[in-house]
Amino acid sequence: MANFYTDNPSLKHHLNHPLMRKIVELRERNYTDAEKFDYAPANFDDAMDNYEKVLEIIGDICGNKIAENAEAVDHQGASCANGRAYYADATVENLEVCRKAGIMGMAMPRRFGGLNFPITPYIMAADIVSRADTGFENLWGLQDCAETLYEFGTEEQCQRYIPRVCQGETMSMDLTEPDAGSDLQSVMLKATQKEDGTWVLNGVKRFITNGDSDIHLVLARSEEGTKDGRGLSMFIYDKRNGGVTVRRIENKMGIKGSPTCELVYKNAPAELCGSRRMGLIKYVMALMNGARLGIAAQSVGVSELAYREAYQYALERRQFGKAIIEFPAVAEILATMKAKVDASRALLYECSRFVDMYKLYGDISRERSLTADERAEMKHYSKLADALTPLAKGLGSEYCNQNAYDCIQIHGGSGFMKDYACERIYRDARITSIYEGTTQLQVVAAIRHVTTGTYSSLISTYAEAGYPTELAPMAETLSALTEKYNAAVTKVTEANNPALLDFMARRLVEMAGYIIMSYLLLQDAKVDQSFLNSATVYVNYTRAEVEKHAEFIANFDAAQLAAYGI
Amino acid sequence: MSLNIIVLAKQVPDTRNVGKDAMKEDGTINRAALPAIFNPEDLNALEQALRLKETHPGSKVTMLTMGLPRAAEVVREAIYRGADAGIVLTDRALGGADTLATSYSLAQAVKKFGNYDIILGGRQAIDGDTAQVGPQIAEKLGIPQVTYAEDIVGVKNGKVTVKRRLEHGVETVVAPLPCVVTVNGSAAECRPRNAKRVMKYKYAASTSEVKGLGEVAAARVAAYPELNIPEWSAAYVEADPSQIGLAGSPTKVKAIENVVFTAKESRRLENNDQQIEELIKELIVNHTIG
Repeated sequence: MANFYTDNPSLKHHLNHPLMRKIVELRERNYTDAEKFDYAPANFDDAMDNYEKVLEIIGDICGNKIAENAEAVDHQGASCANGRAYYADATVENLEVCRKAGIMGMAMPRRFGGLNFPITPYIMAADIVSRADTGFENLWGLQDCAETLYEFGTEEQCQRYIPRVCQGETMSMDLTEPDAGSDLQSVMLKATQKEDGTWVLNGVKRFITNGDSDIHLVLARSEEGTKDGRGLSMFIYDKRNGGVTVRRIENKMGIKGSPTCELVYKNAPAELCGSRRMGLIKYVMALMNGARLGIAAQSVGVSELAYREAYQYALERRQFGKAIIEFPAVAEILATMKAKVDASRALLYECSRFVDMYKLYGDISRERSLTADERAEMKHYSKLADALTPLAKGLGSEYCNQNAYDCIQIHGGSGFMKDYACERIYRDARITSIYEGTTQLQVVAAIRHVTTGTYSSLISTYAEAGYPTELAPMAETLSALTEKYNAAVTKVTEANNPALLDFMARRLVEMAGYIIMSYLLLQDAKVDQSFLNSATVYVNYTRAEVEKHAEFIANFDAAQLAAYGI
Repeated sequence: MSLNIIVLAKQVPDTRNVGKDAMKEDGTINRAALPAIFNPEDLNALEQALRLKETHPGSKVTMLTMGLPRAAEVVREAIYRGADAGIVLTDRALGGADTLATSYSLAQAVKKFGNYDIILGGRQAIDGDTAQVGPQIAEKLGIPQVTYAEDIVGVKNGKVTVKRRLEHGVETVVAPLPCVVTVNGSAAECRPRNAKRVMKYKYAASTSEVKGLGEVAAARVAAYPELNIPEWSAAYVEADPSQIGLAGSPTKVKAIENVVFTAKESRRLENNDQQIEELIKELIVNHTIG
């Protein structure tokens, strides 16, 4: 009886972070729901106990059902017939179990039938689900489209749609088109307002994850004659109304259980969500930030799975008279994999707590005006969340790919065969650093926090936190590395050369990310000794990587850019 | 038509972890030495009950379990998964019961419960593996029984249609209500706990547990009557003292042995009919198959 929550104590460690007390208080508005809902918590401990109990349910379902089904889902895959997409049989089973367990709409308010969880325990559930079946995490995780609907839809729209999501109907976000991938300003799907004021959609969308979902959020061009992002609005399309068919689904390398659809809209009735022209610049940006955090969680889940598969194999596989884990070359790979899991998970939850903080103030501001202190705090956390989201997504997804690669390496020749889970993990992992913005685009989103100093000031607060004797040498190392990072930032920014900044952006963002994750691991090790090994391994890794980038930047002459074709 | 459904469930020692101290001197199981779990086939029975509740709106699923006071855990677990209520039949006088005394005690509790349409239970419990309690209850209540049920196909006009899993196939039978149906492990697995139900019912407590509750939990139980799990005693169900507990149990366990199956050397056959035929003959002769 595997339980993916209880068998992984680091989850509970992150759930119990001190900032959670504030988050839960804000989310529960001082526990006033307890009078109205029989499942609402009466105080902080009660709420935390609820989160744990629900995560235990998810851990149970994932360990005993969804993970067991993952291979069958991968083999059968999703399919397409007669204009509809169909899930693999085991995916249908998985969704049914999730519905019965009532774990859809986790972060939605109770009045719409949700569990009213903060983002952090919800993201933890995504981490767990992804470890069980990466592709299933997409279907389950698209429930966070409801968050965007909640934020920008009218109360009446929320009342109509959100309860359905909480009941288990699935969602999709229909953004990409054949000529609009990363560049969503080029979206062409046409929204036309009829004389009675209602809207219809016409056109084609491509690469839509779970594109045959029940409730779609659609980005479409509502302003005829416009060509840029300001002519786009967001619409809700309800599958019950008809008008959208699935032309084909993609034959993918991984996450085969999640149908990736090409959709054809033919006079599909839709309703406007929020204000016209705000579709891309406001709503989709919010949607994407949520989705990126989701992919960061998905990445950590896959990293965890890859590490566990590799570790187990290394214990069991014997060569030259001993288990291969006893060979230093193998042990080092495993220790590094573990350090990457722990580092990216620490960053994930730091980020999710920041997201919680600013979103909760945003939500409260719908009910009453915020005090000046609250507004300042909201702004502070909003900036930090904006800074950490691309790091968590970008670096987390790269680590999950690296761990998937190493997982196969540990398996040796067997890993190259279809007999072990690692080959599926390798294929499933690959998409994480591509969709919801490639790693390169995460760097574009992150670089301004390098140049404006968001990362530097966050790193300073970590440095000032104070560390016990056994961690002090590592803290000193990090403080020295921070100086190198700052020097590299100064050198690149002072050159005042946009091409050079673009070229160095990846290195600078990585340096900041490594240092931040190292500090987070030190803080984890401060309260829980079990993180000490990962902290040690990761700080060594950070030193080597930061020095490498620092050397590169220090010795680079902008005149050499031409050699790179820039 | 809505149904009044009783599900019989037992908290059993997890016999997958039997150790040396698994049995007490009097030949009964030392429950303290083994982790207590929800008897697996009773979970299959619960799922059938919950499906009936779905197809017959307004139905009520009530758990009935006999055991130590901590058997309230089984009731809570069932409520987390969708059961409406539960009763713990618990009394020192009921201790040490064999299947005869157990079925008598449970039948008395069912009579006390009164108005019921169908009684579901697992085929057998993993501690005794007797499969006797369900059928004996049916006998004592004087109602029909259907055993080895794999699927309750439906209830219509006061009759239940049940698909039974037998050794050489399946059989579909129709029985008049009320009746007892014992469910096989091959039936649909039980649905998981439901998040909202867990958050609501985590404070559900039996009469004896209520005394030890903390402030928040006690306030919650006081506010929601459905969080009270009643405990019924032998006297409450009007059981004859000579027919319950050790006194009412003619069965005496002589010994419990922990048998560990060990693998023997494997044998390799060539891929030809002759060798396979020889092996089959050999297995028939030594009664492994056939």
